[in-house]
Amino acid sequence: MKNIPYSERATILKATNVNKFFLDPVKFQVLKDISFEVKKGEFLSIVGKSGCGKSTLLYILSTMDTAYDGLLEMNGKSLTGLTQNQLAAFRNEHLGFVFQFHFLLPEFTALQNVMLPGLKLGKFSSKEIEERAYQKLKLVDMHEHALKPSSKLSGGQQQRVAIARALINDPTIVMGDEPTGNLDKANSDMVYSIFRDISHNNGQTIITVTHDPDFAEGGDRIIEMSDGHIISHGHEKTVQ
Amino acid sequence: MKLKIAFDIAKTHLLTKKKQTLVAMMGVTFGIAMFIVMISFMQGVNQFLEDSALDASPHVRIYKQITSDRPSLIQQQNPDGFNVIYHQKPRQELAKIKNGLVIARHIEQQPEVLGVSPQVSTQVFFNTGSVPIPATLAGVDVQREEKLYRLSQRMKAGKIEDLMANANGVILGRLLARKLNLGVGDKVNVTSSTGGTSLLRVVGIFSFGIQTVDDARGYVNTPKVQELIQKDANYITDLHIKMKDPLKAIAFGKELARQYDYRVEDWAMANAAILAGEQIRNVMTFVVSFTLLVVAGFGIYNIMNMNVMNKIKDIAILKATGFDGQDVVAVFMIQSVIIGLMGALLGVIIGFSLSYLLSITPFAAGDFLSIDTFPVKFDPKFYLLGVIFGVITTLLAGYFPSRKAAKIDPVAILRG
Ligand SMILES: Nc1ncnc2c1ncn2[C@@H]1O[C@H](COP(=O)(O)OP(=O)(O)O)[C@@H](O)[C@H]1O
Ligand SMILES: [Mg+2]
Repeated sequence: MKNIPYSERATILKATNVNKFFLDPVKFQVLKDISFEVKKGEFLSIVGKSGCGKSTLLYILSTMDTAYDGLLEMNGKSLTGLTQNQLAAFRNEHLGFVFQFHFLLPEFTALQNVMLPGLKLGKFSSKEIEERAYQKLKLVDMHEHALKPSSKLSGGQQQRVAIARALINDPTIVMGDEPTGNLDKANSDMVYSIFRDISHNNGQTIITVTHDPDFAEGGDRIIEMSDGHIISHGHEKTVQ
Repeated sequence: MKLKIAFDIAKTHLLTKKKQTLVAMMGVTFGIAMFIVMISFMQGVNQFLEDSALDASPHVRIYKQITSDRPSLIQQQNPDGFNVIYHQKPRQELAKIKNGLVIARHIEQQPEVLGVSPQVSTQVFFNTGSVPIPATLAGVDVQREEKLYRLSQRMKAGKIEDLMANANGVILGRLLARKLNLGVGDKVNVTSSTGGTSLLRVVGIFSFGIQTVDDARGYVNTPKVQELIQKDANYITDLHIKMKDPLKAIAFGKELARQYDYRVEDWAMANAAILAGEQIRNVMTFVVSFTLLVVAGFGIYNIMNMNVMNKIKDIAILKATGFDGQDVVAVFMIQSVIIGLMGALLGVIIGFSLSYLLSITPFAAGDFLSIDTFPVKFDPKFYLLGVIFGVITTLLAGYFPSRKAAKIDPVAILRG
C-alpha cells in the first residue's frame, strides 16, 4: 500500500456535510458540517476534548444513529436512507465496533459472544465459526478464558473479548470508541499492533476515537475535533 | 439458521432467569388446568343430564292435546265480525288417537325409527291408608317399551316378564313405591279419575334416576288401563317414538306433524329446560375460561415486559452487531412460546389429574338424580383446545413486548 500515493487510494468511507442536533433538553448542534474521507486500509484516529462530539460522530459512522443531516457513503454507495434492516445486515458484514464501555452479553461465554455476529452472518458453519472465534480470542490473549461467562471477566478482559468480537467477520471497517480506555500499557500495545497489522496487511480500515497520544501517533492520520467541528484533517504519514 | 441463533439466545435467557420463567409458566399452567377442569365438568353435567333425560323420554311423542283454544261456531260463521266469547271451555272429547295402533305400525316401518310404543296413560290415585296418592299409570306393551327404554336394565326389583305374565301386575317407580311403602308381591288399590277401581299386585320396581319419573309413574299392561277407564282395546293416548339417531328426531317430528292431526313433540321441546341450562353452562364455561386465560396472558405480558427491560443492553448489543428487528422479535417470541407450550402441557397434565379426582369424588344428589360421583367428560378435544388457547394467549402476550424490544434504539442505550 505504501507504494500507492495517498490521493490515489480507494475511498472506503465518505461523510459529506454531516450535521447533528440534539433537541433534548435544549436544541443544540453537536456536529457542524462534518466532511471527510477515509481510505481503504487507513488507520485513522479521531482526537479532541471530551464532549466535542467524537462518540456522536462515531455512532453516525457506524450506521446505528440515523438521525442526522448530510450524506454517508461507503465504497461510493450511500448508506443514508437505507432501512434499519438493511443497515443491520450492513453492520453485521462490514463493520466491527468496539464500544467505549465494554459491552458483552453477560449470560454468554466469551467464546459465544465472539461467535454471535459470525453465526448471524452465516457465511461459515458453526464449527468453523468456533475455530475462527478461538483464533480471534488468541489474538487478544483471551483464549484461555474462552469458556468463562463474560460477566465473570474483568473490565480489561471484557474489552479484549469485545475487540475479538469486532474482528470475527473480518469487517471492512473496525470502529473503536476508546478501545484501549480500560487497558494497561501492555494490552494497549497488543491492540495497537493488531490494528496496525490488519490495516497494513489485510487492508481493513481502522477508525478509533482515542485519548492515548501514543496510540494516535502510531496510526496513519489524526483528525482533530473541537466543539463539533473538524479543526484538523491531519496528514498522511509515510508508513514503513 | 437464523431461528437457531434466536432460539439459543432465548434458551439462555430463560435458563438464567429460571424463577421468572417458572412464575410465568405457572400462570399459563393454572389457567389451562382450570379451563380443562371447568369444561370437562360442565360438559360432563350437560352430557349426564342430556343422557338421562333422553334415555327416559321419547325422542318424539304424539298425543292429542285438549285445549280451549279452538275457533268457536260464531267465529266460523262470522269470521270478519266482532265476536266476543266469554269463558270458552274445553270440548267434551276423548284424548284418543284414532287408529293409534295402525299409525304405530306405519311409523315403525320407517328405516330411521328404532321403535314405537303405543301407550294409554291415565291419572290414578293409589289408596293405601287414608290419603290417596296421585300418580300416572302408563298402560304399555312391555316388549315394545323394553325396546325403547331398556326397562329391564332399570329394574331395581322384580322382572319385566312378571308384568307380561300377570294381567293385574304393576311396576312402580322407586320413589313412588317408597312413598306407598310397597314391595314386590304387595297388593294395592287404585282409583282412576273416571271412578274405575282395580286391585293391582306389585311385580317390580324401576328407577330411571330422574325424580319426576321415579316419583310418579307406574307401568301396567295396556288392557288394564283401558279396563280401568272403561275404554275399548283400540284406545291409545300416546305414541312414543325412539329414533336410531336422536338428532334426526326434530326433522322427523315435523314430518309427522304434517301427516297427522295430532300434537307432535320432540325431545328438544320436551327438555327445553335442560337445553337452556346447557346453554347457560356453556356461556359460564366460556366466560370463566376466557377470564382465566386473559389473566394468564397479562401475567406473561408483564413478565415479558420486565424481561425486555432487563435485557435492554443485550438487545442494543445484538442490534449493534448486526441483528435486525426480526431477530430480536424472534428471541422474545420464542421465549413466550416456550413458556406457553411448557405451561400449557403442564396445565393439561394438572387439568387431567384434577378432572380425574373430581370424577371419583362421591357426590350425593339425593333422589333428584341417580349419580354417585361428579359427572366429568373426558374428551381429547378439550385438552387440545387448552394447548391451543395457551399458545395463542402467550403469542399475543409476548408479541407486544417483543415488538417494543425490536424498536429499541441501540445508540440511546450504548451511550451509557
Ligand atoms: N442523548 C443526548 N442528548 C443530548 N445531548 C447529548 C446526548 N448525548 C450526548 N450529548 C451531548 O453531546 C455532546 C457530545 O457528546 P459525545 O459525542 O459523547 O462527546 P465525546 O465522545 O466527544 O466526549 C456532549 O456535550 C454531550 O453532553
Ligand atoms: Mg465519547
